[in-house]
Amino acid sequence: MIPPRGTFERRVQVERLSDRALFVRLETVRLSRIAGAGHYTSSFSAAELFAALYYAVMNYNAAESNWPDRDRFVLSKGHAAIGLYPVLADVGFFDPSELDTYTRLGSRFGDHPDMKKIPGIDFSSGSLGHGLSVSVGMALAGRVENRPYRTYCMLGDGELHEGQIWEAATAAGHYKLGNLVAIVDRNQLCIDGFTDDVMSVEPIEDRFRAFGWQTHRVDGHDLDALLDVFAALPNESTGPPQLIVADTVKGRGVRLMEFNPDWHVGNLVGADYDNVIAELKAGLRPLEANK
Amino acid sequence: MSDTQDQAEIFGGGATALSDSRSFDGNDVSAIPAFVFGEELADLADRDTRIAVLTADLATANRATDFAARHPDRFFNMGIAEKGMITTAAGIASCGFVPFAATFASFSALLCAEQIRTSCAYPRMPVRIVGHHSGMSMGFYGTSHHALEDLGVLRTFAELTVVCATDANHLRAVLRASVDHPGAMYIRLGRGRDPEVYPEVPEITFGKAVRLREGTDLTIIATGSEVRPSLDAAEQLAIEGVSTRVVDMHTISPLDVEEVFAAYRETGAILTVEEHNVTNGLGTAVAEALFEGGAAGRRFRRHGVPDEYVPVGPPAALYAKYLLDAAGIANVAKELLT
Repeated sequence: MIPPRGTFERRVQVERLSDRALFVRLETVRLSRIAGAGHYTSSFSAAELFAALYYAVMNYNAAESNWPDRDRFVLSKGHAAIGLYPVLADVGFFDPSELDTYTRLGSRFGDHPDMKKIPGIDFSSGSLGHGLSVSVGMALAGRVENRPYRTYCMLGDGELHEGQIWEAATAAGHYKLGNLVAIVDRNQLCIDGFTDDVMSVEPIEDRFRAFGWQTHRVDGHDLDALLDVFAALPNESTGPPQLIVADTVKGRGVRLMEFNPDWHVGNLVGADYDNVIAELKAGLRPLEANK
Repeated sequence: MSDTQDQAEIFGGGATALSDSRSFDGNDVSAIPAFVFGEELADLADRDTRIAVLTADLATANRATDFAARHPDRFFNMGIAEKGMITTAAGIASCGFVPFAATFASFSALLCAEQIRTSCAYPRMPVRIVGHHSGMSMGFYGTSHHALEDLGVLRTFAELTVVCATDANHLRAVLRASVDHPGAMYIRLGRGRDPEVYPEVPEITFGKAVRLREGTDLTIIATGSEVRPSLDAAEQLAIEGVSTRVVDMHTISPLDVEEVFAAYRETGAILTVEEHNVTNGLGTAVAEALFEGGAAGRRFRRHGVPDEYVPVGPPAALYAKYLLDAAGIANVAKELLT
């Protein structure tokens, strides 16, 4: 439930989500140290999105992870799983202590999420481009059985390079899957540099609108703005599929990582580790501080 | 009817081509059953609400139209977008359905190999990937439309059952048995209207071959479209005094190793026959089983399409060229035995 903006309840909610976004970042740093490497920056850009979805927006039951009417979440940018696992543990899908096995031999928790091993993961991912098609399937299945759930699918902005995304975007528009919500974590970087330098993805909204989608654009680190967008999603399950372009910063929260493609995968050691923890705990600073 | 008309029928070809009076490769085949894929699934779906069908703009070719007419709410034409189709089927499967996603084998198996592995087989989604018009049955449509490598690619994937349907009745049996089979499955079909091998719908078990004919001199282990000509070859060989066992190895993965060893123990030679590149198909799977089981030394030959891209031509001409018709198989068998 999302209380109206300006109310006391809303302020409390945003404070809580902000705290949970910090939790996502701190856990990402901790788990990366277990693995000796991690996708810090892809998780940091999505931290507020994870917090909003799992602590305010989505309808699920951690005690019954395969509840047929639950909202689905497909992390199509599967490499951000390191930020999702702690949330799933925190909301009760499994014991948080299990995360201590992260990436170790035989662990349920690899760099990319596995639906057969982890309660709360609605579909395995890792190969970019699949998730939106999977989500189209979930949305179609929900329609056949007249179930009330929404399917949320988080895409990376570089993932929009994948041709299969546009097969799925076409199908979602064709079948008028109003029960499908795609979220682009528009963090501006892929592995080799700025996404639009590697291969253009803009104008994202125009492109999806041309495929029959209704689009929204929002600061993906502004929790109030995110909650407004989610609260305003239409309730009709048949209608234009919904796209939220969340403008984010890859690496948001840690100055040396923000907009820095060298940190797509990295490993914090020594004093860097402690400094990053301290910086995160101090809270998000304005981006201008980078310049 | 001419072979050209038969090839037109692949795409739904109009009322004349779809009529039951047409022939098959120049022969009168009014006795060959129609493409039963859509009809059988529609029958199953009458009783089972989990069944859904997807195709990629080939509903007329694979007769998914027969399903769509009776279960429009569970039929999804995904347009000419095969990778999206296979992966959408995986999403549908994750919600408790058993989706059958059908298109030409060249596209379902080769274009979508990664989608099959990563989003169907690995997460054990009960997606049935149906590859029809496999092998070189697309004849003069050329290599883009041939699938002579699909078994090789897909039998490498763990936890993917790979099955070849033999004829209409066998296809019905495969579809029925597939519904409650765990995990993902690739179902390879020939042209959909294939000459009869099974006069009735057989009871089948995936991974268990069917011995169709007894013999002692030679075992032909065939699959899919090559079972019928292998049986006919065995008839011809019998006239020349060669006693031939014929085995329908309908499941390529997991392979019925016991039946392979029975052939090794009880007959003098083994010939595998498949409408597939000889590299990494049925013959390779049988050879692996034999050699690793210490059963090398018996006369053995993989018969199929050599490691090359086949020229365009009517299917019947291609089968003759590659000795994959009954006469060709009989000749290859005699060569093996001399």
